[in-house]
Amino acid sequence: MEYFIQQFINGVTLGAIFGLIAIGYTMVYGILGMVNFAHGDIFMIGGFISIITFMILGVLGVTWLPFSLLCMLLIAMAFTGLHGWAVERIGYRALRNSNRLAPLISAIGVSIFLQNYVQLLQGARNKPLSPIIFGGIELMTSSTGFTVTFAYMQMVIIGVATVLMAGFSVLIARTALGRQQRACEQDMKMARLLGVDVDRTIALTFIMGAALAAVAGLIWLLRYGIIDFYVGFLVGIKAFTAAVIGGIGSLPGAMLGGLLIGLIEVFWSAYFSVEYKDVAAFAILVLVLIFRPTGLLGKPDIEKV
Amino acid sequence: MLKDAGMMALASLALAMPLVGFQTVDRGAGIVLDTRFGAMFYAVAVIFVGRLLLLLIEAGHASLIQAATVALSAAWLINVAFHLYPITWPALGWLTWIVASVLAIRAWIVQRRATRPAAGYTDGVEKLGALVARIGPYLGGIAVAFAFTMPFMPFADQRMVDLGILVLTYIMLGWGLNVVVGLAGLLDLGYVAFYAVGAYSYAILSIHFDLNFWQTLPLAGAMAALFGVLLGFPVLRLRGDYLAIVTLGFGEMIRLILLNWDDLTNGPKGIGSIPRPSFFGMQFTAAPREGVTAFHEFFNLDFAPIHRIIHLYYIILFLALLTNWFTLRIRKMPIGRAWEALREDETACRALGINPTNTKLTAFAIGAMFGGFAGSFFATRQGFISPESFNFIESAIILAIVVLGGMGSQIGVVVASILLIGGPEWFRDLEAYRMLAFGGLMVAIMIWRPQGLLSHREPTIKLGPSPGARSA
Repeated sequence: MEYFIQQFINGVTLGAIFGLIAIGYTMVYGILGMVNFAHGDIFMIGGFISIITFMILGVLGVTWLPFSLLCMLLIAMAFTGLHGWAVERIGYRALRNSNRLAPLISAIGVSIFLQNYVQLLQGARNKPLSPIIFGGIELMTSSTGFTVTFAYMQMVIIGVATVLMAGFSVLIARTALGRQQRACEQDMKMARLLGVDVDRTIALTFIMGAALAAVAGLIWLLRYGIIDFYVGFLVGIKAFTAAVIGGIGSLPGAMLGGLLIGLIEVFWSAYFSVEYKDVAAFAILVLVLIFRPTGLLGKPDIEKV
Repeated sequence: MLKDAGMMALASLALAMPLVGFQTVDRGAGIVLDTRFGAMFYAVAVIFVGRLLLLLIEAGHASLIQAATVALSAAWLINVAFHLYPITWPALGWLTWIVASVLAIRAWIVQRRATRPAAGYTDGVEKLGALVARIGPYLGGIAVAFAFTMPFMPFADQRMVDLGILVLTYIMLGWGLNVVVGLAGLLDLGYVAFYAVGAYSYAILSIHFDLNFWQTLPLAGAMAALFGVLLGFPVLRLRGDYLAIVTLGFGEMIRLILLNWDDLTNGPKGIGSIPRPSFFGMQFTAAPREGVTAFHEFFNLDFAPIHRIIHLYYIILFLALLTNWFTLRIRKMPIGRAWEALREDETACRALGINPTNTKLTAFAIGAMFGGFAGSFFATRQGFISPESFNFIESAIILAIVVLGGMGSQIGVVVASILLIGGPEWFRDLEAYRMLAFGGLMVAIMIWRPQGLLSHREPTIKLGPSPGARSA
């Protein structure tokens, strides 16, 4: 039981990361109907910018942890958002009215480009970051001596993710920008006729998705203390799986899906086999796409002729 | 004009700041921070000037800028080719070269448009595609003749033939994937899975059952095709992009299973000492086993390791041509026509009584079979295989070959393979930038010509000579 609770906490932490990335996939898919294959690499860039910011802060002599964490968060969000904007502007905008496969192939190209860009600029080896948030609360101890710990790190992660997701839901539901986004999602041509600046809305969607992915990158760095140029591929696919499970195009679905994927991965590793945990993630992706392509909360996609 | 270029420079400065301006350097177990502001400002300056010149070109100063940029890019290429001047920052040099070349091409387009308003540049490429499609048979004949005689040309040393084998392997993979992507219009991001299945089937069958190459090859191909059917059957009713992601998932699953199923695949250590193919039972060794004739003894030649390589070269040439011949023939058969029809409009096909699932499944299985053949060849050439060789990047390279060459174009695959595989092998200096250029090229080609470089789509079959004749 204690072991189960510990794994549950770990799973929710991992799920927060996947959920933050999945939002980016689901928003872009909702508006443009394309799989932004490079989104995982945007997450990776967010992690790299975080670690570089941390080191710059170290050089500048900033030692107060809350302040430096906030700096990392804001700087990573801003600069990664810029990368997201650039990717959309260069890689996807021209292909908006093209056939279905062209944007996907372009996105694969962007993904390969970004991976190798970071590899060339920052080196191929793992970038380690020693833990900066220590300690935790011991929730309970079993008779066998197994202690359930809710680390402060995990609290910060779950807290930041919850706040961001809540804020983001409000942004989509209440603000003018959110309304414009939903309008574009439903009917881009009509939204344009009614005076919505579609290009700007899509650009902002990419920026927001990238900023959330940057937060996920920062969290990943804090939690696992390591990042490399290739990490975005696998994490990106798992987050995409999360978006699909939740129902692609649906925001609450993305968060729910992220949570599910995080829990499944952690429990699978804990109770079955660590070696096959990625196989499990891919198998879930395949099974969901085959048997319930609309996901848990998604609307069926009716093809019109 | 200055403001526009300034904004662009500002955006690129902000983009370059964290990742170009700062560098994490590995030192011992940890990392330290280093700065590269010089390189960053240079890159931003190049982008600023480039943007400014681009705007000037549009404003009508094309000829002067064209001359300058052509001279600059040519000077850089000459410098790289002959190592005249030591290069400290090759990446920045190439950036400059790319900017200059883009400007030169742009200036050329603008001038052309000024003299001949009707003929756009895209039109020219379209004509090139049509031309290639028309002279295709002759071009193909010349290429095949060259491919057959290549190992005996005076310039063909061991390295050259090896390179030929590599390029031909990718040509074969490209042609195999072209059946799936180009003809049937199914984006398969996990093609390398079938390549892996073929390679592992070959390795396991030939080691455990002592079968020779030509006995194992069909079995490995059949195995890959079986996998194609097994994987394809549940997923082929999915829409294009979902299908792509699912095939990617399958590709990674196969790799992970190969990595972890130690009993069968020997895990990450891979399988070694895979038997080499023999020439009608003759081996390519200096001292063959008792009772086995060596190739050089039978033909009264001196022993030379290149015999074995030339033999491999002809095997892959044969396999690749088989793939091509098969594809060209099947395109004219009902099933081939159904593939292309399905690619263009699935709903219409369904209405006309074509079973989309079965049709797609055949394309998937046939593509997988060729992947399996190529995998077998890879296994026997390398003599060693491990899951490392079958990652997603490999799938992406094969896809890039098909896409860049022009989906559905057989010659396009050849051209793209020579450029993408042969080019970087030849220019070793560029090895580090190879994948970067791959990614960039995929994006650029998609934006410029979403249907691929040498793609020229024309109905494969037409009804009647002209509308007038039909009404008679």
